[in-house]
Amino acid sequence: MRQHRRYDLRNHHYEGEEGALIPLLQRAQQEDGYLRRERLVAIHRRTGIPLAHIYGVATFYAQFRLKPVGKHLLRVCHGTACHVSGAVELSQAIEKHLGAAAGETTADGQYSIETVSCLGCCSLAPVMMIDQDTYGNLSPSNAIKVLKKRQKEERP
Amino acid sequence: MTRLIVGLGTCGIAAGAEETFRSLAAKLAGRPGLEVGRTGCIGMCYQEPLVEVRNADGARYLYGRVTPDRVDRVLDEHVGQGRPVDEWLVWTDRGGGSDQAFLDRQRRIVLRNCGVIDPESIDEYLAAGGYQALEKVLAGIEPDALIATIIESGLRGRGGAGFPTGVKWRYAREAPGDRKFIVCNADEGDPGAFMDRSVLESDPHSVLEGMILAGYAVGADHGYVYVRAEYPKAIERLTIAIRQAEERGFLGASILGSRHSFHVRLKEGAGAFVCGEETALIASIEGKRGMPRVRPPFPAVKGLWGAPTSINNVETLANVPWIVLHGASAFSALGTEKSKGTKVFAMAGRVRHGGLVEVPMGITIREIVHDICGGIRDGRKFKAVQMGGPSGGCISSELEATLIDYESITRTGAIMGSGGLVVMDDTTCMVDVARFFLEFTQRESCGKCTFCRIGTKRMLEILTRITEGEGKEDDLPLLEELADRVRQSSLCGLGQTAPNPVLTTLKYFRSEYEAHIANRKCPAHHCQKLLTYTITDDCSGCMLCLKACPAHAISGERKKVHVIDQARCTVCGECYRVCNLGAIRRE
Ligand SMILES: Cc1cc2nc3c(=O)[nH]c(=O)nc-3n(C[C@H](O)[C@H](O)[C@H](O)COP(=O)(O)O)c2cc1C
Ligand code: FES
Repeated sequence: MRQHRRYDLRNHHYEGEEGALIPLLQRAQQEDGYLRRERLVAIHRRTGIPLAHIYGVATFYAQFRLKPVGKHLLRVCHGTACHVSGAVELSQAIEKHLGAAAGETTADGQYSIETVSCLGCCSLAPVMMIDQDTYGNLSPSNAIKVLKKRQKEERP
Repeated sequence: MTRLIVGLGTCGIAAGAEETFRSLAAKLAGRPGLEVGRTGCIGMCYQEPLVEVRNADGARYLYGRVTPDRVDRVLDEHVGQGRPVDEWLVWTDRGGGSDQAFLDRQRRIVLRNCGVIDPESIDEYLAAGGYQALEKVLAGIEPDALIATIIESGLRGRGGAGFPTGVKWRYAREAPGDRKFIVCNADEGDPGAFMDRSVLESDPHSVLEGMILAGYAVGADHGYVYVRAEYPKAIERLTIAIRQAEERGFLGASILGSRHSFHVRLKEGAGAFVCGEETALIASIEGKRGMPRVRPPFPAVKGLWGAPTSINNVETLANVPWIVLHGASAFSALGTEKSKGTKVFAMAGRVRHGGLVEVPMGITIREIVHDICGGIRDGRKFKAVQMGGPSGGCISSELEATLIDYESITRTGAIMGSGGLVVMDDTTCMVDVARFFLEFTQRESCGKCTFCRIGTKRMLEILTRITEGEGKEDDLPLLEELADRVRQSSLCGLGQTAPNPVLTTLKYFRSEYEAHIANRKCPAHHCQKLLTYTITDDCSGCMLCLKACPAHAISGERKKVHVIDQARCTVCGECYRVCNLGAIRRE
């Protein structure tokens, strides 16, 4: 058990290596968007790690989701800098506009809202991120403008 | 060759630096003697996107807010006619620029290459003196001598606790074991801090070099970098840097032909603040729930997979090559009696010039906030700085003469922490700040210790009650009692320090708590449940607020005084922000 195996960069080979569980879960979530039950069972079969342990790890870390997410992920920063620069008002406006609260997905399955602690661009506070795009120096009204614009473009 | 170098850190990219880069690249394509370059974070986040023009003679000119529409003028006037564009010039090494003090008053050791070299080019790192410290050590400095140098330099851990780095290495070296590890802690959990991210994004090789040296000192041939998953750019650049260092023989088996080997792997965190704590971090690398355990044994004796492990912070490691090259006394010449060298701070909040600064230990809070970072935004009043994140505290502006030094900061009730420095002005409610941090620690508590799990929850409930105008007279003594219990009955630093934000705000801003409880008022006009917005007769009926209101709570006709429907008002304050006449009353 205590043997140290090399990490195969090319093949992303973690199997059988100590400490492999979290990277395995990360990869599963990357592929499916969330942790599907079948995937967890498959990981258990392959590695022999007890399912309860896998579930324990999956529920410990904020990164892992056991439910599917919307098409787009909207993250509102609630780090310290954003908090003192109006993140609460920002969230309220966004949640009202989309009709879903943080941790929820809109009824049409388009947006999931999450609050996060610090996106690392505190000097642009308050900040939100939609998928890979970061928006800084927001006020509630211009955040809604950004959202409306994106929603318009996304509509077929 | 004249080079135009674009700052492409996360802040820069968020501000649009990639468009600037593409626009420059398109315009310079095929123009001889001109080249576009890339660099990391210069630290002036408030001026992003930043472009440096590095003339053929080496003179450096830094321009701020260079959006694509400003590119042409910089190219025409500076590059074409040799006339710097003074209007947008923020700094130049020839003396001048609007924000000269911001860079010139810093002392850059950790950030020596940040914003100067291309983080994805090992050649630029080498040209800047990179890996020379490693060569010097491998050419004939014994591990014990290296440890002695680090101890003599006075370097203390920059991850928060400030334990002497050389001493930690010696423990790990002396601990028995045929397998040993170096772990670089890049979890950076303090919400509102981004020093480690910037260093990894801007100069990943200096951290790697520090790790290799640590491995040599301790006798470890494997290292892990534990990075937050929220830092994709840092992960990307670190991955490139590891590959480059392996190709050049700085990493791998028998480094530069010596007997020393060192392998580095990346581990991505999965979003748990407590995993910044060293024993929880180890559990996480091992693939378990990130729960801290009792120390001793300390990780230096029994760490990863039970083997002696030295856990060092990113900034700590980035100092190491510099100390090896310049000598322990050059480092210990900076700072105070017990705090040597420099400290990097991530400046954010209500300060005018937010960004990354590195200052010698021993300067005052006032110098950082006012002299380097330009004071408070919008001409407001300086109220406090928050240092140390959820483990730290708020230091009143009355103590702005406090020195930046581990012991002096601890005396205020805050801690030096990892370097997040959030500036607060008179619009910040200190009760709400305390509530904010408690909400964070309560959520992030791993649940192992009862007082940390439930005590923080009860404290949060009391604080929430106070900010909602439901505070009771005996709430403050109760808070203090709970704070004391949580501090004493928690296993790890998370619980032990969780009460600090409450205790420091109670110490310096008790009257604000009392105003919330006794008068149901928030002096900073922040707590929403204690606020009402009304429109005064000064309203000209311009309809700006009516259009801006996200709740459609404002009604009125053009040129007539508007009214707010209190039942629909969500107290978001948008009307207050947009009104040009000051006709919205907030109380
Ligand atoms: C709750 C908690 C969170 C921590 N988070 C971090 C962190 O994000 N980064 C870090 O370097 N150290 C963090 N630490 C401190 C580490 O436990 C450890 O002391 C540090 O990484 C040692 O490195 P240093 O000696 O170079 O500072 C944290 C400690 C606690 C108790
Ligand atoms: S606090 Fe929001 S980006 Fe850092």
